[in-house]
Amino acid sequence: MKTPNYRGPKGPGGMPHGKRKLSVPTLKRVIKMLFSYYPVLFPLALFCIVFAAFVATAPAIFNQRIIAIIEEALKENIGWDIASKEIIPNIIVLASLYVVSLAAVFTQTQLMAYITQGFLGKMRKTLFNGMQNLPIKYFDTNKHGDIMSHFTNDIDTLRQLVSQSIPSVLQAGIVVLTVFTIMLSYSIWITLVVLFGVFMLFLVTKKVGGGSAKYFMRQQKAIGKTEGFIQEMMNGQKVVKVFCHEDKTKKQFDEINDALCEDSKRAHAYANILGPINMNIGNILYVIIATVGGVLLLLKAPNLSLLQLFGVEMPLGISIVIPFLNMTKQFTGNVNQLSQQINSIVMGLAGAERVFEVMDALPETDDGYVTLVNAKKDENGNITETTERTGLWAWKHPHEDGTLTYTELRGDVRMVGVDFGYEEGKEVLHDVSVYAEPGQKVAFVGATGAGKTTITNLINRFYDIADGKIRYDGININKIKKSDLRRSLGIVLQETNLFTGTVMENIRYGRLDATDEDCIKAAKLSGADDFITRLPNGYDTELSNNGSNLSQGQRQLIAIARAAVADPPVMILDEATSSIDTRTEAIVQKGMDSLMKGRTVFVIAHRLSTVKNSDVIMVLDKGRIIERGSHEDLIAQKGQYYSLYTGAFELE
Amino acid sequence: MIKTLAKSIREYKLPSILTLIFIMGEVIIEVIIPFITANLVNDIKAGAPIESVIQTGLILIAMALVSLCCGGAAAITCSKASTGFAKNLRRDMFEKIQSFSFSNIDKFSATSLVTRLTTDITHVQMSYMMIIRTAIRSPMIFIFSIIMAYTMGGALAASFVVVIPVLLFGLLLIAKNAMPAFRRVFKKYDKLNESIEENVRAMRVVKGFSREEYEKQKFAAAADGITEDFTKAERIVALNTPIMQFCMYFNTVMILFLGSYLVIKSGGTDIDVGQISAMLTYGVQILMSLMMLSMIYVMITMSLESMRRICEVLNEEPNLKNPENPVLKVLDGSIKFNNVNFKYNKNAKRNALENINLEIKSGMTVGVIGGTGSSKSSLVQLIPRLYDVTDGEVLVGGVDVRDYDIKVLRDSVAMVLQKNQLFSGTIKENLRWGNENATDEELIEACKLAQADEFITSFTDGYDTYIEQGGTNVSGGQKQRLCIARALLKKPKILILDDSTSAVDTKTDAFIRKGFKEFIPNTTKIIIAQRIASVQDADMIIVMENGKIESIGTHNELMKLSEIYREVYEQQTNGGDNNENA
Repeated sequence: MKTPNYRGPKGPGGMPHGKRKLSVPTLKRVIKMLFSYYPVLFPLALFCIVFAAFVATAPAIFNQRIIAIIEEALKENIGWDIASKEIIPNIIVLASLYVVSLAAVFTQTQLMAYITQGFLGKMRKTLFNGMQNLPIKYFDTNKHGDIMSHFTNDIDTLRQLVSQSIPSVLQAGIVVLTVFTIMLSYSIWITLVVLFGVFMLFLVTKKVGGGSAKYFMRQQKAIGKTEGFIQEMMNGQKVVKVFCHEDKTKKQFDEINDALCEDSKRAHAYANILGPINMNIGNILYVIIATVGGVLLLLKAPNLSLLQLFGVEMPLGISIVIPFLNMTKQFTGNVNQLSQQINSIVMGLAGAERVFEVMDALPETDDGYVTLVNAKKDENGNITETTERTGLWAWKHPHEDGTLTYTELRGDVRMVGVDFGYEEGKEVLHDVSVYAEPGQKVAFVGATGAGKTTITNLINRFYDIADGKIRYDGININKIKKSDLRRSLGIVLQETNLFTGTVMENIRYGRLDATDEDCIKAAKLSGADDFITRLPNGYDTELSNNGSNLSQGQRQLIAIARAAVADPPVMILDEATSSIDTRTEAIVQKGMDSLMKGRTVFVIAHRLSTVKNSDVIMVLDKGRIIERGSHEDLIAQKGQYYSLYTGAFELE
Repeated sequence: MIKTLAKSIREYKLPSILTLIFIMGEVIIEVIIPFITANLVNDIKAGAPIESVIQTGLILIAMALVSLCCGGAAAITCSKASTGFAKNLRRDMFEKIQSFSFSNIDKFSATSLVTRLTTDITHVQMSYMMIIRTAIRSPMIFIFSIIMAYTMGGALAASFVVVIPVLLFGLLLIAKNAMPAFRRVFKKYDKLNESIEENVRAMRVVKGFSREEYEKQKFAAAADGITEDFTKAERIVALNTPIMQFCMYFNTVMILFLGSYLVIKSGGTDIDVGQISAMLTYGVQILMSLMMLSMIYVMITMSLESMRRICEVLNEEPNLKNPENPVLKVLDGSIKFNNVNFKYNKNAKRNALENINLEIKSGMTVGVIGGTGSSKSSLVQLIPRLYDVTDGEVLVGGVDVRDYDIKVLRDSVAMVLQKNQLFSGTIKENLRWGNENATDEELIEACKLAQADEFITSFTDGYDTYIEQGGTNVSGGQKQRLCIARALLKKPKILILDDSTSAVDTKTDAFIRKGFKEFIPNTTKIIIAQRIASVQDADMIIVMENGKIESIGTHNELMKLSEIYREVYEQQTNGGDNNENA
């Protein structure tokens, strides 16, 4: 995340990224969410996990009992008939425990599958909804790839966390504790040996695991670099071909690729080596326990156990040593499990934290209370509110004294002495004043970075400025509810974004309740109908990948139709026709003219031919309006506009 | 498919084989250990002397250490083999892509190529690692354990006859049902993520139309569907653990029961207590190895799709080849089109270019004008042989472009593409794409000609300014001028600008053309433009319409001859006035 200022004030942040540490508040928050989403099922699943874990330790006890019985039978020469009377009940109890445990495991795994996916679904939705409420600034200052990775990578680590890490830590933790207690109750001496072994195991794992983490981090970096390079080259492949740069590119790629391979090899080697180490230390421990146990047996050493402390006779016999061997395996296995899962819990929590960051980011503030309503005029010219679509709109303005006033929506936009900067201390607009009367066409001309788009960003409140400097039909726009303000403004941007779906659906995006006829009418008005009807499936042609099957100009035409169907009183056209060739533009012009009729229109264009017929043209330079007036006025002024306009001809 | 991929293993065959050998060693010891442990337990029980107990213990520890060494070595060789294989594969793919012609490139989208080079390769790498680590390990453990179990346990092994088929059948059934379910849901999931991306990109549109609530509803519906599908698939997989545990538990109970019966019946002679615990261990090993096998099966089938996508690239034949005895020199910048027809795809119904005949003399300035989709770009792309003609021929310097060495041809014909790109690196580095050995003076000269020097020197770092990926830190017009300068550095005989000054203001545009006239008079210049002003003073202007040449002539001729040209001209110069009068 590049914008720490977007973290909510009470957010779980505070932990610098990159440092791997277990974040307890985040863990708490995840678990709390799970409890609140699934108040019955989640505790039930937890109960099943705990239960199954307890049962999993039971075999050790029964093994020991049964073997003790067998031994005794052998020693005393008791036959099967008699011995079985003792053995079979034990086996039956064991079997029934297993059945119950199986039921618990089955319930738990099914529940966890259900809960995990349900939780992820809810997280996805919450994340998406949170994102929709973020201000444009968030999207301008964060890379799209970063935002996307919350939905892909971070949600994925959350899945790991909920479905695997939390249950296995719980389970392994319980097994470790139970086995440990049983071991102590059998023999404290042998338990100490086991503990020593586990300690060694822990040391080695930590060392190797640390190396693995280090190289995985490096591998991650190398992957990022490789992907960046690949992306750039795949996108620029045609440029590579035109410049015959293939060999050089290959060489560059080889270097990056080799470096990635090197880091990745190390990372995997460390990770892979952990398995054999854990297993063999486990094996060695097993052997040591067997040997130590054997030696103690042969020496007939006195036993010391917890049970003995409570007065139960616990002589050190084969019936203690053998179950101990199995318990050793179980103990080391689960300790390993714990140490591995801790790592993925840390990673999962880091992902969760990033998701929470977005969820906690400050949403776009909207204190507006002036709303846009359908209106009707009575005989006296008074405006009243109505529910039907009349084509007449009014601003409903509740006042502090409890009264309501209605102001007709006319499209009168005034900016007075606006200063603005995206970042503090870096002003991009200085003292800009614009007066657009209803029905006027106001054009902005100027170089890239002169501040043209910034002005429109302020009118539709993508960015906010200090109170009262922009007025819409006489109302301070900060008082107007953002969604209503934007509803009254139609925007067509230079960078056209269409959605996956049919052409018709894309046009209807402008007004969701528009009929097919409305959409076609809008398309005709904006000059898009002609090419749309020539598409293979006409208005039902599916667009995908931002309409990649259309030309840029065609996409712009659809975007114009989309704005037209909304039928807004004010329109902002930001280089809306820049990619339509002039000849097509000439054809479209007529439609555009009728589209603009009766509306206040702000036009930003590079081509002077597009703005020439505006009522007023503002020439912007470095955030200041340096000239304003009609085309004729400006030509007569012989200033910047004049030199721009004549620039092409003067050099002939 | 396997054959295509296996070609990339190359020098990593040795580590791959070594991995197999080490793992075999590890497995053998691993399987013998419980056997000896059983003996040890029996010794202890029988009251053997301490020395022999310790001796057996030491042997066991030594074995564990050897196993550790084998395992460690296998871990290293296996990482080396799998990452190396991935490296080679990535390299082979990248090289293949470098050999692609434009029409090959058109076939794959850039994003899909990126995925193939990254995610897909990672999948294959993981599968390969899995295969060499466990493909031999699991079957071996399985077989050895079974043999050991039978030789040691005798009748006790009967339990496995029941358990193994149950587990095998259960696991296969799960894998078979889960995989298609997952494949379906992943496809949907990809779509969902695409639509999120679309939404993020179009945030200004969403907010501009206040469609936040609408988008939320749309997303919620899609997300709920996915959650449901995911849950279904996950629940199938969640059956794995209970089935595995069922088999394990069943096995334990059976062995305990049968074991105690057999031990007591025989009075401890046929089998003994130690063997019971060894049998329990083998049971776990056998079942675990089956579990691993089913995991490999799933993993490989999951990565099959990735493999297919990689092979698609590796098996794609570049369809532009260098001729056998190429012409190595381009004489001059003359261009001739003889009865050229061209279509992008053999199966396309319509020709993109139809019956083009054209003659351009060396050193001429030629303007090309026409509406969107009139095939202006297609026309000029044939000159540096970015595509091959379908019929007819294109001659450069009097020689068919197909007879030239491609590099020689493209070095003489510089083209500034419409969709152009700068690469991350300094401005200097970017410019040197045109000529690696260009001196700083040459760079500046080219930039001056392209009207780029002024803004470059206004940057704090001047020519060493770092261009971000995708050239995001320069404006559109600046980017275009840098691209022109880069092409100029080739000192080409023919320079083609495909709508390359659209974001440059008219005055600068005019300066650029003026510079061309004065400083590179002998270079043939072809300028595709939207603005009439950009082509007005050309020696020859071609008006394109629907893949055909509508008319050719100078500005004055076309004003009389071509209705289209006149229309465009009027729109651009007097259009505003007309509208005002209307």
